[in-house]
Amino acid sequence: MLRKRELNFWERIYLPEIIRGVAITSRHFFVNLFFHSAHRLGLFKGKLAAVTFQYPEQTRPLASRSRTRHRLTVREEGTPRCVGCMLCETVCPAKCITIVAGEHPDPNVEKYPVRFDIDLGVCVYCGYCVEVCPEDAIRMDTEILDIAAYSRDAMKLDLHELMDPKLRKPVAECKLKFPHQCKIHGNQTRGSWKAVYGEQTCAAGSLEPQD
Amino acid sequence: MTGYFLIKLALASVVFFGVLNLAGLHTWVERKQSALMQDRIGANRASILGLRLFGIFHPLADAVKMFTKEDFIPAGADRFLHTLAPFVSIFFALAAFAGIPFGDRLAVGGQMIELQVAKIDVALLYIFAMLSLGIYGVILAGFASRSNYAMLGSLRACAQMLSYEIVLGVSIIGVVMVFGTLDLQEMVRAQGKYFLGVVPLWGVVLQPAAFFIFLTAALAETKRVPFDLPEGESEIVGYFVEYSGMKFGMFFMTDFIETVMVACLATTLFFGGWQVPYLRPEGFFFPWGAHLAVSQLTYVLLGVGAFMLKVIVFCWLFMTIRWTLPRFRYDQLMHLGWGILFPISLANVLVTGLVLACFGNAN
Repeated sequence: MLRKRELNFWERIYLPEIIRGVAITSRHFFVNLFFHSAHRLGLFKGKLAAVTFQYPEQTRPLASRSRTRHRLTVREEGTPRCVGCMLCETVCPAKCITIVAGEHPDPNVEKYPVRFDIDLGVCVYCGYCVEVCPEDAIRMDTEILDIAAYSRDAMKLDLHELMDPKLRKPVAECKLKFPHQCKIHGNQTRGSWKAVYGEQTCAAGSLEPQD
Repeated sequence: MTGYFLIKLALASVVFFGVLNLAGLHTWVERKQSALMQDRIGANRASILGLRLFGIFHPLADAVKMFTKEDFIPAGADRFLHTLAPFVSIFFALAAFAGIPFGDRLAVGGQMIELQVAKIDVALLYIFAMLSLGIYGVILAGFASRSNYAMLGSLRACAQMLSYEIVLGVSIIGVVMVFGTLDLQEMVRAQGKYFLGVVPLWGVVLQPAAFFIFLTAALAETKRVPFDLPEGESEIVGYFVEYSGMKFGMFFMTDFIETVMVACLATTLFFGGWQVPYLRPEGFFFPWGAHLAVSQLTYVLLGVGAFMLKVIVFCWLFMTIRWTLPRFRYDQLMHLGWGILFPISLANVLVTGLVLACFGNAN
């Protein structure tokens, strides 16, 4: 048990302790004032005068394991690595992931997401989706933290933004070539496999089931 | 007569300009100094055409915000008194400055102008009267708001300010006894003497105990942090909780103006007012025998500069104390006022009286 210490005479008369406190804060004041002034003159740049990060201009370094906004990893030809196995949708405790799987022309892939939505307004950033993914298709390493919007709808991400973290709302044009339900074009199905793999490959049937 | 009127008007304008600007700058200093003391940077985003100047435009932004905010009067509140309260508060705080001498006599066109807005023989009493009347603003604010929290806040304010007013009054009796006058200009002149020709005989040298008591009680009068029980913005809710917009701003400004007032009083009573060490009307007379002649205008301007410098140093000190010490508890506050400061100030009066009786008016 921590016993309450009796104050000695000098502490009881209070004045020396006030002077001590004022001395500490004044020391901080003058030391910081000196370094701020020195920084203005281009001196002592290595010594910080404040612990502040000037946020929008100067972001704080993030830990390498910190979980930030999701992204879907992309194959060389520009399709998502996701195979539509629904593991992330199943494991998600917040139920913020919606996947509609479609058939992939490559028999080794089998499925791919026609739609992949994450509602960031619901997401709890637990990272289970990243843990559970067998294909390393979803990651939370975009270092995007400033997720804020004026409507709940604007918090919902779809394939466009998830595959290209640089895209921010409102997304103007659709650059995805493979067939997907495009939110930008009123949930119409857009794109074709021919646009991804070229006429020949598709016509030669090398992507069709072999046996 | 017109000339006299114009001179007084000019003096009043100068004092108002100085005081209001200093009080306005206090909001900036408050942000920046607290930031520096806490290893932060502080508000620096307000800019005019991209010019930031360390956030010095934040007070301007505040003013724009205050003036454009809704001025809300709660249902059931006394509309007249509710509106009157902040004006009473700020008026008396500003009126008190009339008694502060901020420089020696200035000779302009054959006229000797005392750099003091109102030449009152009992300037000290006048200032204390004005500061006491300022309490009415606080009482009215709490009473007219029709809010229990505001009422309780203003009751706390009354109790605190009345208690510390007494301590404040008794603490300066020693100073008055030593200098033998209530005229602040005369009091400052009396502080132009030297002990052994070296140490300036300022009030703080003659009355050190009175200085500390005065400083504590005066800080309590400004209702700022170690003594901010009447306001307690974030936790205990103060007397101006029902005020918004510029009326709130006026209460806010009153605090800063009172801080400047207390800094002026401490300077005048204890730190030689406009006295510059070793400077006499004819020039500098240093204790090691050197002599440097200065013109009359330079002498007066140096005095005004010294006064301002001292006031600013005190403002800095008050700001430092405000950002260093935590708030007192109510019983601690009352104990400090009545149990500690009051007896010490009475003892100070007694000891001063005895010393003066035994050794005569030595200074």
